[in-house]
Amino acid sequence: MTVTEQAAPARTHASTLKATDVVVEFPVGRGQKVHAVSGVSLEVPPGTTLGILGESGCGKSTIGRALIQLPPPDSGSVRLGDLELTELGSRDLRRARARMQIIMQDPVSALNPRRKVKDLVWEGRSIWGHDGETPKEVLVDDMLRSVGLDPEAVRDKHPHELSGGQCQRVCIARALMMDPEVLICDEPVSSLDVSVQAQILNLLETSARSFGLSMVFIAHDVSVVKNISDQVMVMYLGKACEVVPSDEMHRTSVHPYTRLLLASIPGEPQDHPHAQQVSVELPSPLDPPSGCRFRTRCPIATDRCAAEEPRMREIAPGHTVACHHVAVGAGK
Amino acid sequence: MTAPLLEVDDLHTTFRTPRGAMRAVDGVSLSLAAGETLGIVGESGSGKSVLGRTIMGLITNGPTTEVTGSVRLAGVDVHGVKPAGRRELWGTTVAMVFQDPMTSLNPVKRVGLHLTESLRLHKGLSKGAARERAVELLRQVGIPEPARRAGQYPHELSGGMRQRVVIAMALACDPQLLIADEPTTALDVTVQKQILDLLQSLAERLHMATILVSHDLGTVAGRTDRVAVMYAGRVAESAGTDAVFGTPRHPYSQALIESIPSIESRPHSLLATIEGSPPNMLAPPAGCRFAARCRYAVDRCRVEAPALEPRGAAAGSVVACHFPLTAPLHHQHQEVGA
Amino acid sequence: MPMSELTQPEPPLLEAEPPEAAALAPAAGADAPAARPRRTAVLLGAGLTGAGLALLVVGLLAPLVTVATLVLVLVGLVLAGAGGSRLGRAVAGPGFDLTYWLAMAWLVLLVGVALLAPVLPFAEHEDVASTLLEEPFARPDLASEHPLGTNGFGLDLLARSVYGARSSLLIALSAVVIGTIIGGAVGLLAGYFQKSVDRVVGVLTNSLLAVPPLILLIALATVLEPKLRNIAFSLALLTIPSMVRLARATTMAYANREFVVAARALGATRGRIMLRELLPNVLLPIVSLAIVMISILIVAEASLSFLGLGIQPPAPTWGNMIAEGEGDVFQEHPQVVLVPGAFLFLTVFAFNLVGEKARARWDSRSVKL
Repeated sequence: MTVTEQAAPARTHASTLKATDVVVEFPVGRGQKVHAVSGVSLEVPPGTTLGILGESGCGKSTIGRALIQLPPPDSGSVRLGDLELTELGSRDLRRARARMQIIMQDPVSALNPRRKVKDLVWEGRSIWGHDGETPKEVLVDDMLRSVGLDPEAVRDKHPHELSGGQCQRVCIARALMMDPEVLICDEPVSSLDVSVQAQILNLLETSARSFGLSMVFIAHDVSVVKNISDQVMVMYLGKACEVVPSDEMHRTSVHPYTRLLLASIPGEPQDHPHAQQVSVELPSPLDPPSGCRFRTRCPIATDRCAAEEPRMREIAPGHTVACHHVAVGAGK
Repeated sequence: MTAPLLEVDDLHTTFRTPRGAMRAVDGVSLSLAAGETLGIVGESGSGKSVLGRTIMGLITNGPTTEVTGSVRLAGVDVHGVKPAGRRELWGTTVAMVFQDPMTSLNPVKRVGLHLTESLRLHKGLSKGAARERAVELLRQVGIPEPARRAGQYPHELSGGMRQRVVIAMALACDPQLLIADEPTTALDVTVQKQILDLLQSLAERLHMATILVSHDLGTVAGRTDRVAVMYAGRVAESAGTDAVFGTPRHPYSQALIESIPSIESRPHSLLATIEGSPPNMLAPPAGCRFAARCRYAVDRCRVEAPALEPRGAAAGSVVACHFPLTAPLHHQHQEVGA
Repeated sequence: MPMSELTQPEPPLLEAEPPEAAALAPAAGADAPAARPRRTAVLLGAGLTGAGLALLVVGLLAPLVTVATLVLVLVGLVLAGAGGSRLGRAVAGPGFDLTYWLAMAWLVLLVGVALLAPVLPFAEHEDVASTLLEEPFARPDLASEHPLGTNGFGLDLLARSVYGARSSLLIALSAVVIGTIIGGAVGLLAGYFQKSVDRVVGVLTNSLLAVPPLILLIALATVLEPKLRNIAFSLALLTIPSMVRLARATTMAYANREFVVAARALGATRGRIMLRELLPNVLLPIVSLAIVMISILIVAEASLSFLGLGIQPPAPTWGNMIAEGEGDVFQEHPQVVLVPGAFLFLTVFAFNLVGEKARARWDSRSVKL
């Protein structure tokens, strides 16, 4: 299957997606709360891709869901263009959600097993009503073709008759059918085989361009995130550590945790002074460490890191970092 | 030269399914010397996990399974001996580490008990001696405060710690061969590296042969002496690790390595892809199994299955391709194997 | 054991092969070599079945000693069973399950005969006045006018059993339908909304479960007239709690699936998610439970009638027919109890079998997906 370069005329109708101080907590009983996301801000300008990088439990998927208000954050603001999503009523919220679409990790479970591909792809239009001239069949076939599927072969199939890669293509087709402004991709390739991963990544890359989409791309793999993003936000235990332009991030990033992630890439030499880690135990998100949350694993942590939480500060244009021990200009 | 520790000869593992015979492993031969490390790489459905389990003797002839060919492990025919003989091999000669550490541990048994049980059974240690050895093993796999950890239950440990415990269990009776089946797939990236480092250093220190089975090329890069790339039940290429990553000779190995995004590549660059998907193992194609997806395939590839042969390369390097590649890979991926 | 993980055998098919490839590759060489062994299997199966059935007929009809009849019948059944499943496997593939098809055949036959009973030439089943001249307690004789014998009033046992099936099945089916609709809807709502809705529903179902079913039925029977509609209603009450629980649990399992999140992201309303995303997935496990539930309710209805709390004689149900064997009657005329008992046993057995099969098929599918 080739990644199609055709598809709709390039549009830049996307609005800026901006989240400020988003907090998401889940009660787990006995008065305890999981601090999944603790005050994260981000901005995705139209037509660009923000990568969110982190390990399991860092809150990267939670913030992705909070952006489309599923569930809405406990506090903080999410704005799509001029629209404040956290204050919308249920009907307006449903309409606003449809302007952002989400691609999930497990493509098989993201498709209702009892539906056929053509109905799955058409789902969004059937919710909002289809008022165009072109018949459903033509639009569905066109969309299937533009995500690299053969309409004849898959149109009448159920999800369990397709491979994982094909299911992910159907998910992408379903999302693109809504003509969204923002696409949130939550680990879209981590359940796929190596050779299929590249196909899907290419499809997302070309679709984002030809449909004029902004993307939030969430993953744990540094190389994958770097490859598709304009900017990369690194998260650790519900907080953002560093936001860095992706282009040279393997050289310019300075936060000790980002360095640790980079050093964990197989075959990468551990030459950066910050790349070592102290302890291997991940602190519990029920009771995160005081001050800087990474300090328990950080090789350069001091008393100040326990006492005072580092703020995000800009050390180079478009490059912010939350660490007491990084000098301005270090990211050069 | 002494006989190799492991000798696999023309091994076939076939599952009888309602839809027909599925040849999961279809004619694999390999050998491994004592202390040597081998990586087996392939995508899902390539038969790599089935191969590992067949070598171990976990998959044997049965009502729905047929195993032909031979597996000789330290001189013992794994599929020729009685089940009791096979059990004797497990732990003392060969041990296995699985993907999900939680399913390998009994949730109601303390960590220490997992280790002491087998020590007392296989090695006849006394209760106190077994306990001492268990703590020593936990220390050996890099668990801090091993004495305290031995008294904890598996759910009190993190994923990485659990996998260390599983590795300690596998080491308990000093096996000569350790088969690690996707040992880090369930773990976080920063922990993956630690576990792989641990396995590597243990193998060196204990002079233990290791087979590392993985779908992730990065896992085996630079960590094993040799790599066998599997595709659709067969070995496509087997050679020294540096050779496979630097100058892959099978088009599949080449395409697989190229399709992984590199940290060095520019953002928004398109990746090389392997079009299509692996063949249906219930009715595999005649000829080379990769032919349908191969960018170099000619008519001969579709009718005549290539044998796994040296084809002019250095000793110990074999490839199953009529037209093996010779040029080194594009520079950006070379450092992966370095 | 260092290899304690060995005790958990992995399924042999570790990795599913991609279906798209399955579609591309023709099922090569599947037919030609298999043809000859298949023909022998068909012949062998047919032969065995024929021999078994012949033995069965001889055993039942020939005037032999009881022991000889028994032996012939048993051997005949075993042979016919073995032959039948061989034949079925050869014709329909290795997945063929003879008992399942026999159970289905029995249910179809029973429902068909019960529906057509008024137009079929059965002897009298209810009107005692018209059977004054018939022989009471006639022995079963397949060749006679009363193939399965008569009861104390000379009423035909076959006819009574068939008419009994009419009321038993009608009551059980309508009770299950009512229970499934109410229980399924309540469970779906509880599973989807959770929180306070779920808590209220939980209290209600638990209190319903806390009352012993037989006592509940007896209490209802004393208050309500023993009419078909009322019995169906009381039995439906029994099915509701388990239906609610299954529907609730299944809904909750699906409500967190990613396709529900995807539907919400598309802007779907709650009603649409419940009806179009969740209901189709919850329905199959519910229906398979409902089939098993039918058999439970048939037994419950029979128990009620046996106690005299159900349909009143002389109108036949399997329960009150069995009750006619009270006292010495059963010892002298076992057919009075054995005939309705056999109907009851076969029907309950068949519904259970079909229900289990449905559950295995539909539930494992949903787990796999």
